[in-house]
Amino acid sequence: MYTETQATHPAGRQSDRSRTRPRRRNLGHRILGSGLVEALAAPHGVDRYLELVRPGWSLHDVRAELTAVHHPAPDSVTLTLRPNHVWRGFAAGQFVRLTIEIDGVQRSRCYSPASSVHRADGLIELTARAHPEGLVSRFLHHRAVPGMVVGLEQAAGDFVLPPERPERIALVSGGSGITPVMSMLRTLLDEEYRGEVAFLHYARTADRVPYARELARVSAEAPGVTVAFAYTRGEHRGELEGYFCAEHLRAVAPDAAATHTYVCGPPGLIDAVRAAGDPALVHSESFVPPALTLDTGDAVGAVSFARSGVDAPNTGATLLEQAEMAGLKPAHGCRMGICHTCTCRKLAGGVRNIRTGELSSTEDEDIQICVSVPTGSVALDL
Amino acid sequence: MTDTVPTLTPEQLDIFGQELDAIRQRALDDLGERDIDYIHRMIRIQRGLEVTGRGLLFASFIPPAWLAGVAALSLSKILDNMEIGHNVMHGQYDWTGDPALSGHGFEWDTTCPSDQWRHSHNYMHHTHTNIVGKDRDLGYGILRISEEQSWNPYYLGNPAYAILLALFFEWGVAFHDLEVERLGSGDVDWAEKRDLAAGIWRKASRQVLKDYVLFPVLAGPQAPLVLAGNATANIVRNVWTFTIIFCGHFPSGVFEFSEQETEEETRGEWYFRQLLGSANLTGSKLFHIMAGNLSHQIEHHLFPDIPAHRYGEIAAEVSELCARFGIPYNTGPLGKQFGSVVKKICRLALPDKLRRSAPAPAAAPAPTPRPEAVPVAA
Repeated sequence: MYTETQATHPAGRQSDRSRTRPRRRNLGHRILGSGLVEALAAPHGVDRYLELVRPGWSLHDVRAELTAVHHPAPDSVTLTLRPNHVWRGFAAGQFVRLTIEIDGVQRSRCYSPASSVHRADGLIELTARAHPEGLVSRFLHHRAVPGMVVGLEQAAGDFVLPPERPERIALVSGGSGITPVMSMLRTLLDEEYRGEVAFLHYARTADRVPYARELARVSAEAPGVTVAFAYTRGEHRGELEGYFCAEHLRAVAPDAAATHTYVCGPPGLIDAVRAAGDPALVHSESFVPPALTLDTGDAVGAVSFARSGVDAPNTGATLLEQAEMAGLKPAHGCRMGICHTCTCRKLAGGVRNIRTGELSSTEDEDIQICVSVPTGSVALDL
Repeated sequence: MTDTVPTLTPEQLDIFGQELDAIRQRALDDLGERDIDYIHRMIRIQRGLEVTGRGLLFASFIPPAWLAGVAALSLSKILDNMEIGHNVMHGQYDWTGDPALSGHGFEWDTTCPSDQWRHSHNYMHHTHTNIVGKDRDLGYGILRISEEQSWNPYYLGNPAYAILLALFFEWGVAFHDLEVERLGSGDVDWAEKRDLAAGIWRKASRQVLKDYVLFPVLAGPQAPLVLAGNATANIVRNVWTFTIIFCGHFPSGVFEFSEQETEEETRGEWYFRQLLGSANLTGSKLFHIMAGNLSHQIEHHLFPDIPAHRYGEIAAEVSELCARFGIPYNTGPLGKQFGSVVKKICRLALPDKLRRSAPAPAAAPAPTPRPEAVPVAA
């Protein structure tokens, strides 16, 4: 019933949007998605029954089954996933939000696929580095096994190659920022791209680089592709030394002025790349983990009610009171944390639950605003 | 069951509240995979029973299949409404972050729209439990369930109304927030309630379409049997949920409160009122599951947002705490508790004068202590 729609890709095509592929809806999908079946499955909906037959089955939610799990470097894990038919594909450089359940709680993180968008089997590949404090990345590193089903969202992000491929491209990455540019490189190779690609990667030590062997092979075999590694620590020397500087770019991409540079990594790397070239030609994406420090002292920051477009300085009162002070009328009931009428989505920021004293800075979580006090700037979906 | 109301000093009530907060916190800290596995198992069983029941009803030409189909579908609806729907909609699983278990998003297999239920039940009933005049679950605007409701000839039909409410309980619940009885008296403006009525219409029509049109029509020549089967399952669920829910707050020995005495309640006083205003049922593990763990009504009212399958574990701590503070912990088997509810409904059908002059019933229920007698609230 759930056949994979394969990405059809004529060699050399200049659009990497596999999402433009026509979606094939077979008879099974048409019946299950019909108004009649939806009415019969009310009020829960067809998906709530389908997922019990097979966890990956859904008419509306993107889900994916892990088909392979590898550890390309000691602290990294590479997952190969087969998304269900709801998946619309991605553009090289975009990211997806992946959701897994840990100790009963659903946790989401964003990862950029590293695979080519033209991969014939339609699978996508994600590589995560297990940070010591990274709940999700550590779980994936230690506990992910083939057959596991994860939740996904449709790909998003503007860090993508333009449909008309530039003639000279530099792909610069630091640490786990390698994945979106790896996808760009693999996509260009699949397209038999005839321009020049310079691939520049920064890592602390050589053994931390996933895809090192593949990159070395590409550098040796693919015409027009130059790969250089730079290690900021350890004994191993790369082709380049130390942190990014303008000379590094010139060494791999002589005509830097006419080169479109795609950089993904820590903010310092991005700033350095911007300073070195024409900022108009630099496209960047930064993965910065959210600050986990929670200020429990005096009220600081601002409360942003995203849906209403209202911002107000944090007064230190409960979010329900602050919303009402700002002229909003959020749904509420008991005002004492009992009835959950006021529950709403916190998009970002830290809060303290005044009933339990619990602190939380998780993004995208539901909170009871009548008993939540912001510990800094907070954004609510209100 | 003791009739005297315990006297607790404000200091004792504070300690009592802190002890309950500590029980709550221990349960919250322990939430995890066990809870999610439990509710997922319940959902799998419910959906399995539902599909099986509907399938068997399609084979209704074999009489045992009809009976088995009705049984499976009834059990499915009971599980859906009680152990899953009621509990999920309390936000008991909001901590999982799973949209399918979100207290705000869940919709259940009854004619009552979930958003109206969350208002009338989670907020109105759970916040104002057993406060006469504020908790509309006291009699549902239909019955006389408290001495405080003054008698009028309408209440002669009290037992008959109770039977009708039991048979059509989902409809009573669906129209609950509409406050029909107050619309008639002019207390509430119809215009205010138009959106609610539209919501009930949308939800109820989908339920009616599914149970009384689509499934019967799909069954072709067996349409009447499928229709009768679906109707029977709905009624079985209605009577069962009515029975369990009426045992939660109406058995003898449960206390009522007035608006004045519950103003400016502390957390400890709130817990105290929840405890005195609720009653438990004893029974097997299966009984508790089929009761949606509302058989642990006391624990549910103390901790409405803790996963209900934990109430049984918490109950030992709560009853021990009550014993220590000399607070009555109202519990008993279904027969005894429901029997006292039936007696109360019948007794309150009669005018107070007539009742007093009438010969005392064989087992006179204990007089419900009046709120004035609760010193802590004074």
